[in-house]
Amino acid sequence: MLKFPIYLDYSATTPIDPRVVEAMIPYLSEHFGNPASRSHAYGWEAEKAVELARADVAALVNADPKEIVWTSGATESDNLAIKGSAQFYQSKGKHIITLKTEHKAVLDTCRELERQGFEVTYLDVQEDGLLNLDAFRAALRDDTTVVSVMMVNNEVGVVQPIEEIGEICRERGIIFHVDAAQATGKVDIDLQKLKVDLMSFSAHKTYGPKGIGALYVRRKPRVRLIAQMHGGGHERGMRSGTLATHQIVGMGVAFRLAREEMATENERIGLLRDKLMNGLTDIEATYVNGDIAKRVPHNLNISFAYVEGESLIMAIKDVAVSSGSACTSASLEPSYVLRALGRNDELAHSSIRFSIGRFTTEEEVDFTIDLLHRKISKLRELSPLWEMVQEGVDLNTVQWAAH
Amino acid sequence: MAYSEKVLDHYENPRNVGAFAKDEAGVGTGMVGAPACGDVMKLQIKVNGQGVIEDAKFKTYGCGSAIASSSLVTEWVKGKSLDEALDIKNTAIAEELALPPVKIHCSILAEDAIKAAVADYRKHQEAKGE
Repeated sequence: MLKFPIYLDYSATTPIDPRVVEAMIPYLSEHFGNPASRSHAYGWEAEKAVELARADVAALVNADPKEIVWTSGATESDNLAIKGSAQFYQSKGKHIITLKTEHKAVLDTCRELERQGFEVTYLDVQEDGLLNLDAFRAALRDDTTVVSVMMVNNEVGVVQPIEEIGEICRERGIIFHVDAAQATGKVDIDLQKLKVDLMSFSAHKTYGPKGIGALYVRRKPRVRLIAQMHGGGHERGMRSGTLATHQIVGMGVAFRLAREEMATENERIGLLRDKLMNGLTDIEATYVNGDIAKRVPHNLNISFAYVEGESLIMAIKDVAVSSGSACTSASLEPSYVLRALGRNDELAHSSIRFSIGRFTTEEEVDFTIDLLHRKISKLRELSPLWEMVQEGVDLNTVQWAAH
Repeated sequence: MAYSEKVLDHYENPRNVGAFAKDEAGVGTGMVGAPACGDVMKLQIKVNGQGVIEDAKFKTYGCGSAIASSSLVTEWVKGKSLDEALDIKNTAIAEELALPPVKIHCSILAEDAIKAAVADYRKHQEAKGE
């Protein structure tokens, strides 16, 4: 039996795995202690759980547990990593490099640093969504201190060349931050091998609870940060605030499950994604956004030409997906990520991000393919653009009355 | 976003979808908007010998509110004279469909589509008169 709406928005958030929920509950009731309480068993018990979770998070990315700092989520991790390192190393230089396709948590943090007197280069990506390494090398300056590049893009799912960027940064002594919120449990991450200095994690994109994340801070060579949250000196002074034991336990279990099940899970998800992709690219005038090979198996971002994104979302309300068009907000802005990939406004508006996950079934994928076929054809019957294209009109030659 | 029932009804069951041949006698065609802005409306009116709009058709590329606004005006212009049709104001469309503030531009576009269709019809009539 299908349950509606079918959830295909795992890149927005994931349901908490029932095994994670089960592990969290005792820490909301009988094990309520403050992990910072050193004088009694309640505190010791909570601290033990926190350290076990820290080891599980570290294990997923092959890091030392001492390199993991708890935060409230990837947004906070990005803020702490970029502001904290840029401010600490500002005597060496005040230039930062990032990508135009980064998450807002990185872009807005960089904007804030610009207001504080830093200079930021926002690099273009190629049409496939990937960073061109020559363009990256050319952007480096003597005063570049911090580079921030996401591992997996949240909209199109492409995987950036983190290993190569890390080598270039390390050679020049530049701090390299990676937002890995969309990467954990989807791609192998080995921080013994990758020359990454700072890495942001989120629990809720990997079947853990919302409101908890972590920042990896490398110890060898040691990376220093200026704290952004001051208080009781928790997390070795890098992030004060009483630890949310139940959330941390949840993130630990979620990341342990990711490590144990990732290989088999990704194979299954990849097959479902390919089925979905083949079923949808069957429809005339559809375009897959972003490189298809260098991409996580969970993501399919596809533009349906000549139908508008929001009406498409309405038409397919039986599936929960994200649109590249932000026209539900006051500003009618198409996705800045798809724009950066060189997609025109129209194709950016008519894009849909399907993201598949642990609980997606083949039956759900079959239903989605059929639904899209029916609704796209209905909306195209309604579309004056489709009519013009069928008549052989080149839409690029039409003088539109922009409004 | 929560749509009003009227928007949903027009969206699910759009009225008068289709097209007349552009060069058919008595037909006026208005196309407004731009793909880059996310809305394009094509409204066509068919005017009889008495100067009354006897039929109307539309096709719209746009959000649910844009589709509903254009579907609604095809119903409203039918049976009206050209001047009566030009009196249809976007505020009336927005009110009928209970459009939220961010969707007011859809009703403005629908009003513009009526104006464009009437102007196109009048241009054809003048060309014939010359």
